[in-house]
Amino acid sequence: MRVALFITCFNDTLFPQTGRAVVQVLERLGHQVDFPFEQTCCGQMHFNTGYQREAIPLARRFVRVFADAEAVVAPSASCVAMVRHFYPMLARLSGDERLAADIEALRPRVFELSEFLVRRLGVEDVGAYYPHRVTYHPTCHSLRMLEVGDAPLRLLRQVRGIDLVELESAEECCGFGGTFAVKNADTSLAMLADKLRRVIDTGAEVCTAGDNSCLMQIGGALSRERAGVRTVHLAEILASTEEDARR
Amino acid sequence: MTLDAVVTRGHPTFEQRAPAALADSQLRHNLRNATGTIRRRRAAAVGEMPDWQALREAGRAIKERTLRHLDHYLLQLEVAVERAGGQVHWARDGDEANAIVVDIVRRHGETAVVKSKSITSEETGLDAALSAAGITATETDLAELIVQLAHDTPSHILVPAIHFNRAQIRELFIRELGVPGLSDRPADLAEAARVYLRRKFLETRIGITGANFAVAETGTVCVVESEGNGRMVATLPDVLITLAGIEKVLPTWRDLEVFLQLLPRSSTAERMNPYNSFWTGVTEGDGPREFHLVLLDNGRTDVLRDEVGRQALRCIRCSACLNVCPVYSRVGGHAYDSVYPGPIGAILTPQLRGLAQAGSLPWASSLCGACYEVCPVMINIPEALVHLRGRVVREGQDARGLRGRLDPENVAMQAVALAFDDARRFEAAQRLLLWGAGPVTRAGAAPGGRGPLAAWTTLRDLPDLPGQTFRDWWRENR
Repeated sequence: MRVALFITCFNDTLFPQTGRAVVQVLERLGHQVDFPFEQTCCGQMHFNTGYQREAIPLARRFVRVFADAEAVVAPSASCVAMVRHFYPMLARLSGDERLAADIEALRPRVFELSEFLVRRLGVEDVGAYYPHRVTYHPTCHSLRMLEVGDAPLRLLRQVRGIDLVELESAEECCGFGGTFAVKNADTSLAMLADKLRRVIDTGAEVCTAGDNSCLMQIGGALSRERAGVRTVHLAEILASTEEDARR
Repeated sequence: MTLDAVVTRGHPTFEQRAPAALADSQLRHNLRNATGTIRRRRAAAVGEMPDWQALREAGRAIKERTLRHLDHYLLQLEVAVERAGGQVHWARDGDEANAIVVDIVRRHGETAVVKSKSITSEETGLDAALSAAGITATETDLAELIVQLAHDTPSHILVPAIHFNRAQIRELFIRELGVPGLSDRPADLAEAARVYLRRKFLETRIGITGANFAVAETGTVCVVESEGNGRMVATLPDVLITLAGIEKVLPTWRDLEVFLQLLPRSSTAERMNPYNSFWTGVTEGDGPREFHLVLLDNGRTDVLRDEVGRQALRCIRCSACLNVCPVYSRVGGHAYDSVYPGPIGAILTPQLRGLAQAGSLPWASSLCGACYEVCPVMINIPEALVHLRGRVVREGQDARGLRGRLDPENVAMQAVALAFDDARRFEAAQRLLLWGAGPVTRAGAAPGGRGPLAAWTTLRDLPDLPGQTFRDWWRENR
């Protein structure tokens, strides 16, 4: 299949290794990956912070850039949730029926990585090797907006060498919430404190998730506390091989 | 100052109120225990129901249809109540509702009333209005009584005294009810309240209740509760006054089948409420001789105008969204400065009170969606929050002219939107960020820094910045 990669502005700029990992996994599975250079941002930050008129041109761009893609895959549940759940609201706000129709046509072809692999391609074993103790944090938007269910865990369970340990109260928010983390910094930190304690309690070396934004929140605090636990995007675990481990 | 901080002048914003609550370790402990327990119990009670999702869907559909034809059902309700010997009063706002109630009490020459739990009466400020008119109102719901005795305000829809633990309640009862030597055993605390309240029930001639539901078809008012105080208030006094928001109406008696399953499991995690009271007008020789139903608008009709926001009116006040909310369960109810706290309050209060008066509440959420998942009438709270954020920002931008446009957050958002609308400008912005971030992050991480970066780095490190963006890597390697 020809897969168009929507890297997302956040990963493009701050976490390029996650994008490289997605390319590796998809190519290993025999798919062709395109990267349309005209892509920028889905508009989620603007839309969710209330600057919704400002997000309309970004949605137009997204729809234009990916209109002909067979499948669009992004290593971010919250950006996919923006497209799937909030683009229709954005289209109503714009009053542009053409945009609304284009969005409806594109929406079913936009996937978060784990749901694309498990649900769309029917793959659980991607041939990964990762000899580490790992705990998985299901991000809110992957869980409750995209309803990816156990797709990420199915993928992780097939990773050779992994020691997957359960996270207590895993389904509770880490406190990131986009601009919530800075607008309501104190509340965000109170939420983060509990998540941090639970991650550390697992004894894992690695905390993984499908969103680098949440991982930046959790990882930033783990790093500040010198907790000795690092955060790694799900795609990077799935891309890891025996050669990587021995390099 | 951000846009929402400006438009909520007069009321401290949520983010201004939250830190004090977060720093209160007693409050945090009480909330953690209480919300944790009720959360687990609700999940078990709901888990027993094989058709829970179908029930939620039915609840949503009935409420949606009722709200679409609210005018019809309200008039039907009025006719049915009056046919059964009750009187119906229409109140445009809280002041009108309070004046109606005060007038009824005065006409009977009474100076005291007993009240069962009514959040709607908190919304109108009824107790203060009664007090100003020289009428003493006694709250008979145990938690409401605790809050009243402590001269405090409720902090939860269902458990108004959730911010108190029993050691604190013991001290309060010893002080206010004059029961020395009282233990902090729940049964002893309840007994002390029972003894105090029983006398009030017997000597007070006017009772005031809220309503969980009002059935248009039959004119029946329904109150469900756990303590029996509602049953006392609805049956012992000579005169009964019920204050209900206009959204409490249900079309038919059969509709209760759905809601009397949804509500107890979602709220108290019970299969059925211990007390389910229904009354239809007045009945000769049984219960109150006079029944008044006060129907309150207080902004609800305006809420109906908003196609996304109006789903908040489906709310049946179960408070499941508060208990699962990671924000509410840490800050408690008072940080919301709203009769309706938690996720539902964050979408209901700004609409009822006006965006300018409660404009910070839609941001009091990480949009985690736990509230939507448990809502028995499927109110998509995250969607409504995002929608209301949009309204607050747009109304701020449009109403405040140059000052609105020069708001620092607005300026930043416009600049980023402009940069992101063009791939070349986007790449330039990326380079600027990666190139300039080193010195900036060091400055932002310094103690006493200001702005979003300083807020972020108070307790978190920033990620290591990559040497190359993804698109640059692609360009070089593909």
